[in-house]
Amino acid sequence: MNPFSSGTRLRDMIRAIRACKTAAEERAVVRKECAAIRAAINENDQDYRHRNLAKLMFIQMLGYPTHFGQMECLKLIASAGFPEKRIGYLGLMLLLDERQEVLMLVTNSLKQDLNHSNQYIVGLALCALGNICSAEMARDLAPEVERLLQFRDPNIRKKAALCSIRIIKKVPDLAENFINPAASLLKEKHHGVLITGVQLCTDLCKVSSEALEYFRKKCTDGLVKTLRDIANSPYAPEYDIAGITDPFLHIRLLKLLRILGQGDADASDCMNDILAQVATKTESNKNAGNAILYECVETIMSIEDNGGLRVLAINILGRFLSNRDNNIRYVALNMLMKAMMVDAQAVQRHRATILECVKDSDASIQKRALELVYLLVNENNVKPLTKELIEYLEVSDQEFKGDLTAKICSLVEKFSPEKIWYIDQMLKVLSEAGNFVKDEVWHALIVVISNATDLHGYTVRALYRALQTSTEQETLVRVAVWCIGEYGDMLVNNVGMLDIEDPITVTESDAVDAIEVAIKRHSSDLTTKAMALIALLKLSSRFPSCSERIRDIIVQNKGNLVLELQQRSIEFNCILQKHQNIRSALVERMPVLDEATFSGRRAGSLPSAVSTSSTGAPRNLPNGIAKPAAAPIADLLDLSSDDVPAPSSSGGDFLQDLLGVDLSPASAPSGTSQPPKAGTDVLLDLLSLGTLPPAQSSSSTSDILSSSQDNKAPLANLNGLTSLSSLSPNATSPASAASMMDLLDGFGPSPQKHEENGPAFPSLVAYESSSLRMTFNFSKQPGNPQTTLIQATFTNLSPNVYNDFLFQAAVPKFLQLHLDPASSNTLPASGNGSISQNLKVTNSQHGKKSLVMRIRIAYKMNNKDVLEEGQISNFPRDL
Amino acid sequence: MGIRFILMVNKQGQTRLAQYYEWLTLEERRALEGEIVRKCLARTEQQCSFVEHRNYKIVYRRYASLFFLVGVDNDENELAILEFIHLLVETMDRHFGNVCELDIMFHLEKAHFMLEEMVMNGSVVETSKTNILTPIQLMDKAS
Repeated sequence: MNPFSSGTRLRDMIRAIRACKTAAEERAVVRKECAAIRAAINENDQDYRHRNLAKLMFIQMLGYPTHFGQMECLKLIASAGFPEKRIGYLGLMLLLDERQEVLMLVTNSLKQDLNHSNQYIVGLALCALGNICSAEMARDLAPEVERLLQFRDPNIRKKAALCSIRIIKKVPDLAENFINPAASLLKEKHHGVLITGVQLCTDLCKVSSEALEYFRKKCTDGLVKTLRDIANSPYAPEYDIAGITDPFLHIRLLKLLRILGQGDADASDCMNDILAQVATKTESNKNAGNAILYECVETIMSIEDNGGLRVLAINILGRFLSNRDNNIRYVALNMLMKAMMVDAQAVQRHRATILECVKDSDASIQKRALELVYLLVNENNVKPLTKELIEYLEVSDQEFKGDLTAKICSLVEKFSPEKIWYIDQMLKVLSEAGNFVKDEVWHALIVVISNATDLHGYTVRALYRALQTSTEQETLVRVAVWCIGEYGDMLVNNVGMLDIEDPITVTESDAVDAIEVAIKRHSSDLTTKAMALIALLKLSSRFPSCSERIRDIIVQNKGNLVLELQQRSIEFNCILQKHQNIRSALVERMPVLDEATFSGRRAGSLPSAVSTSSTGAPRNLPNGIAKPAAAPIADLLDLSSDDVPAPSSSGGDFLQDLLGVDLSPASAPSGTSQPPKAGTDVLLDLLSLGTLPPAQSSSSTSDILSSSQDNKAPLANLNGLTSLSSLSPNATSPASAASMMDLLDGFGPSPQKHEENGPAFPSLVAYESSSLRMTFNFSKQPGNPQTTLIQATFTNLSPNVYNDFLFQAAVPKFLQLHLDPASSNTLPASGNGSISQNLKVTNSQHGKKSLVMRIRIAYKMNNKDVLEEGQISNFPRDL
Repeated sequence: MGIRFILMVNKQGQTRLAQYYEWLTLEERRALEGEIVRKCLARTEQQCSFVEHRNYKIVYRRYASLFFLVGVDNDENELAILEFIHLLVETMDRHFGNVCELDIMFHLEKAHFMLEEMVMNGSVVETSKTNILTPIQLMDKAS
């Protein structure tokens, strides 16, 4: 016989499962058993039904699906015998849940059993109902349960009380029916009925304010008396735990008193004496006593103020806190968190002990203590507390460092009295646990550094020093690299020395060394390396003597396997090699980053980033005043102007854009058609401004760039660039490619000219097909830069005359187009004449978006209708 | 509702009894049990008996090779739950006589019956060992 047939006893199945050495073996045994049970179910086997269900419960506990046994539970419940019912109800509670429709079928059986003459069967039904009933069943069976609250046997009354809790939670409307029966349960002597009755009252108070009022008025005195009786009761062997009678009941009573006393001075007054008695008389050398004290303290903290009691409570917590038992210390910390809301001063007195708990070896205690310290910090104690925490950071466990770092950063940011202290503390954190620092935290640090103009030198030197000792902390390296790139000259020349600093001698080549280490370190990630490349580019202009060496490092990365680094290296190398004249302007120091914008975006888009602090509390640092950006390049980078459309919705990207560390591929801003990629794109690409839409370049720079359109530049000049960098397809058309070439070369020689003369625009072959050419000539009205006058000239390239010539044009919403009548509607053959037509385009987004136009040209050739359509997107920029 | 679930797990991390008072899918249960057991079993004797996990607080206590883990709401009295675990063990001791892992394994339904008499819908029903065991002994006698 198959040893795993449904005939196996439960015991044998468990043995078989225990004997399994691997999970696969266990699965096989379970599969066989399940198959046998399914077969037995199909045969409607009566004899082994309860045995099969017992097996299923075991199988379910092991984590295998057992839904096929659900109907068996119902059949067992419907059977007459007690043992069958018993196992059926157990199966019901374990295998089913209130969400399953099968449950509906059990309502009737439950109703019958609730009215059964055998009280044990009534008890079973109550227990099942209390554990799994749904709202619908609650409505159907509430009257039965209500009746059972007055059943003669206390064991039924206690179960009916807990069953009522389930019912009023499912259907709060039914609560009022239970108020009176619940109140009468409080007068009982049986502990089981008392504890469940108190629990029922507690839950009634939670769902119904009416019940709360009722119990507050009618039952407070009675509950106080019950508690006093229990507390003073003589030895009761059945309920005694460590010399205390029924601590569970104590705790339930204290919980209900807490709810009644909260917000009601009279009720609170009424319970003062008994609370004082419990707080002073309860033995505190055993766990049971401490559990009661703990609950008592919480009640004292929650009810209306009574100075004397609170002092008592805080003292108990103080005693708990110095207890050697970790469990007690844990609950003390837990309770002190709540006490903070009531009496912060009293909790501050235990600061030293709490701080010791942060250093405990137990993770649960550490976590609680850290939360508490976080609440304890204020402007007055932030310095010593942060010092302690940072010192501990050095020795703490790896798993704890993440939490600890986040909390320190948040505290330092929230309470820092001055910038230099903030920067100092952050540098310490970065050096100790830089790998745990979140992106937005070091971004914020850079914003603060950038704003602290008089501390630039100090900061960069401190970072340089830190970098010498801790090279493995990613975020430290990033911040250091950024600062060395920006303020490298201050590092070398000891600019802005503070009195507290030790002078250091750093040569230009030392500074480059630091960056080189960062870029060559294997563990550096992409962002760090990309930032290092930018820093190198910046240093190349700050340290002319090192520029050759810098170029070598950049060239080494030309073959980098990561496309982003490769592209940056190639582009930067081009700047170094061929565009010396614009380099210094390109790598100007970053303008001061706007703190308000950054913190605004951060708070707006990353509410969870500082979840533990009170929703983005403004830091106390004075906002740096943005100095007017001097260099043209600054305009290009200046994102703080108001009308900049957010390149992407996430605020975190904002700073990344600014820092040029965004590694995501440039994406076109949504909502506009792909703007024409004219020459400035290249420059933007060069600066790796990530998601920055090209249209954001501001006028002065692009004027200069796009207007230098003379065709003297050899195409080959930028071969490397065009072939390797990700230019838009448009850029490969000869006209725009040429303009792109020139803008870099032509930038140096005579940039002034254009500014003086105002912009002039070359004519453009806007459309050309085998049969037709259309050229545009542009002019601007002085004093009205938004409006462009376009003269369109049409030339016939075919040998046939075009009749009924009609030109139509459409523009996007931000443009306005006015078409004048054409000079003629007949276009002579073979270029022997032309039609001209004037267009007036007004660009409401002048300086941000370029013109773009769809055209349609219809005419008759040899009496046949011809239609030509096209899109013009290669307008010169800045029209 | 104070108690969310009660687990008994042996030293190897195998579940020996699981009673949930809120519905979780089978996958969620397996995942939860795995995570909790890993967390609790790694702790030393000296560390406190409370572990915070997701939105639960786990109160656990070890008896020989068996861990008793109780998941509770955050506002539950942890010390009282510890006392409750002890009561549960004493009750089982009285019934089985020096209860061990195998008693619970082979008499899973009895262990559940006891639990049923002690906890309903996440709240404590009865704290007297005699009251808890009477219905079970009656049933034993009858069969």
